[in-house]
Amino acid sequence: MRKTLIATTALLGLTAVPALSETIGISIPAATHGWAGALNFHAERTVERLSEANPDLEFVLTTTSDPGQQVSDLEDMVATRGIDALVVLPFESEPLTGPIQRIADSGVWVTVVDRGLTQEGIENLYVAGDNDSFGRTAGQYFADTLDEGAKVVVMRGIASTVDNERVAGFESAIEGAGIEVLAMDHGNWNRDTAFNLMQDWLSRFPEIDAVWAADDDMAVGALAAIDQAGRTDEMFVVGGAGMKEMVDRIRNDDPTVPVNVTYPPAMISTAIEMTALGLTSGAPMSGEFIIASELITPENADNFYFEDSPY
Amino acid sequence: MSTATLQQTRRPKINLAVIAPIVALVVLVLIGIAMNPNFLSFANITNVLARSAFIGIIAIGMTFVITAGGLDLSVGSMAAFVAGLMILVMNLLTENMGGGLPVILIGVALALFAGLAAGFINGILITRAGIEAFILTLGTMGIYRSLVTWLADGGTLSLGYEMRELYRPVYYGGIMGISWPIIVFAALAILGEIVMRHTAFGRHCAAIGSNEKVARYSSVAVLRVRLMTYVMLGLLVGIAVVMYVPRLGSASATTGLLWELEAIAAVIIGGTLLKGGFGRVWGTVVGVLILSLIGNLLNLTDFVSPYLNGAIQGVVIILAVVLQRNTGTAR
Repeated sequence: MRKTLIATTALLGLTAVPALSETIGISIPAATHGWAGALNFHAERTVERLSEANPDLEFVLTTTSDPGQQVSDLEDMVATRGIDALVVLPFESEPLTGPIQRIADSGVWVTVVDRGLTQEGIENLYVAGDNDSFGRTAGQYFADTLDEGAKVVVMRGIASTVDNERVAGFESAIEGAGIEVLAMDHGNWNRDTAFNLMQDWLSRFPEIDAVWAADDDMAVGALAAIDQAGRTDEMFVVGGAGMKEMVDRIRNDDPTVPVNVTYPPAMISTAIEMTALGLTSGAPMSGEFIIASELITPENADNFYFEDSPY
Repeated sequence: MSTATLQQTRRPKINLAVIAPIVALVVLVLIGIAMNPNFLSFANITNVLARSAFIGIIAIGMTFVITAGGLDLSVGSMAAFVAGLMILVMNLLTENMGGGLPVILIGVALALFAGLAAGFINGILITRAGIEAFILTLGTMGIYRSLVTWLADGGTLSLGYEMRELYRPVYYGGIMGISWPIIVFAALAILGEIVMRHTAFGRHCAAIGSNEKVARYSSVAVLRVRLMTYVMLGLLVGIAVVMYVPRLGSASATTGLLWELEAIAAVIIGGTLLKGGFGRVWGTVVGVLILSLIGNLLNLTDFVSPYLNGAIQGVVIILAVVLQRNTGTAR
């Protein structure tokens, strides 16, 4: 019911000659939350860069706020723009699998990003983040840093496969490290929910050594609640996905926010670049490309700070 | 039908229906005490009250709208939009004027005005253009939600660090440990109760919600009173935003999500009739506290799986209303 404006942008290569040029269609979800906003930011940046570097490449970039709209966008791209390659982050896997398969069958190169299709073997290239590694990297840090008997709380996201994989990765990494998980509940990737949840946990537990917030929006809420309770020195908070405020605190050696774990929205850039390279150079590009989650530390934080990014 | 209910509820006999929400609240508090010793701690109580304040302040306005036979689904999105606008303008002013108290005052004034204006737009379109309140506010709900997403460029609007520190005490500060949101919420609740019970405006709201035609024949300025309920609700959304922004200093597309439904649920749990004609502000306050307490209790215990939080809330909402209806019809 809460539909966002559907922004449809078509970016054209300036000096493209139709006969020689290749067209790449890009379809991604609209910027309805921070991570998707950054996805849009990186997609536009990459299209700009590639258009300048390769005058022969044309791009069609569409953003959608629901699966139905995305199907129409894809049909339009094929029918009116005659795309040679498609880079798509499916809004939902199930309803998009059929339409993308038809496009692949017509001979268009298909790159699927992050959300896999329900049937295997449709896409030529699959670029995705690694949710298990996302949780495991955070868990590994907990296991390495915390003493045996340390008490932690875990804030989960919206109940989903993504969240389950992350939490499973985290749990397997801290297994055997003697870390006690006091409580685990859903903060729904939302600042306000996380704030309330953290307030209540602070009332409930006299001792908390660390918080895994599994997402930086939740980390922001948790940090505010900890600050309010005046217990900042007692614990550290590890979020995830590399929000720039968090990265900024890490590079300034904030003891409360020692590290962060990436789940880079810039993976869309990887997908577009690889697709473009495949089209223009003929270098083999088919297969799967899984981007591991990296640990952002004070030493490498500068590499993960994007001044202009909205996230 | 609604006049009959009105008479019924006005009869002094029906004490059980009146105190039903209080009973529910007391039961929840007792469960809380039994489950966790920290439940009654000062910090926990002030936390719950302060977080109730946003929806509470909005729900007070919603009580008048619903009593007058209206509805407003746009308040959650409106709050998000007003918060986004406020942060954006305050950041711009900080760049140009160098920050300080004036920026905060302008920001607060802007939030109040924006809320008032948004409420006025809802009200004028409902009363003058004759659009069904449900449909119109469903429309504005989508509009404000999109606008805040657009303003934030899909991300999060955050108040500059300096301003955030300066503005922070409005949520975290207070008098004798009672934070400002609680004080403002309490003051507005008392004011709302007085307006509902002891002024012509309050009685006109009930009259219109009960039977619009009769109210019109009794020379109640139906359109103006209805318009006023929406304007008042808009202003209260503005006040809620003024309290909300200093908490985390940010607004995004997910700010205020489902606030409208929580506000409406609180109003109904409190004993106000969804079809209009009877409303009570203190009931709404109790309703808001019930909803907040459920969340708080579930966080303080491992008693139920977190997947079932929504189900527990749903059951309590239904029970609270059933309790009232049963005692009402039994008479």
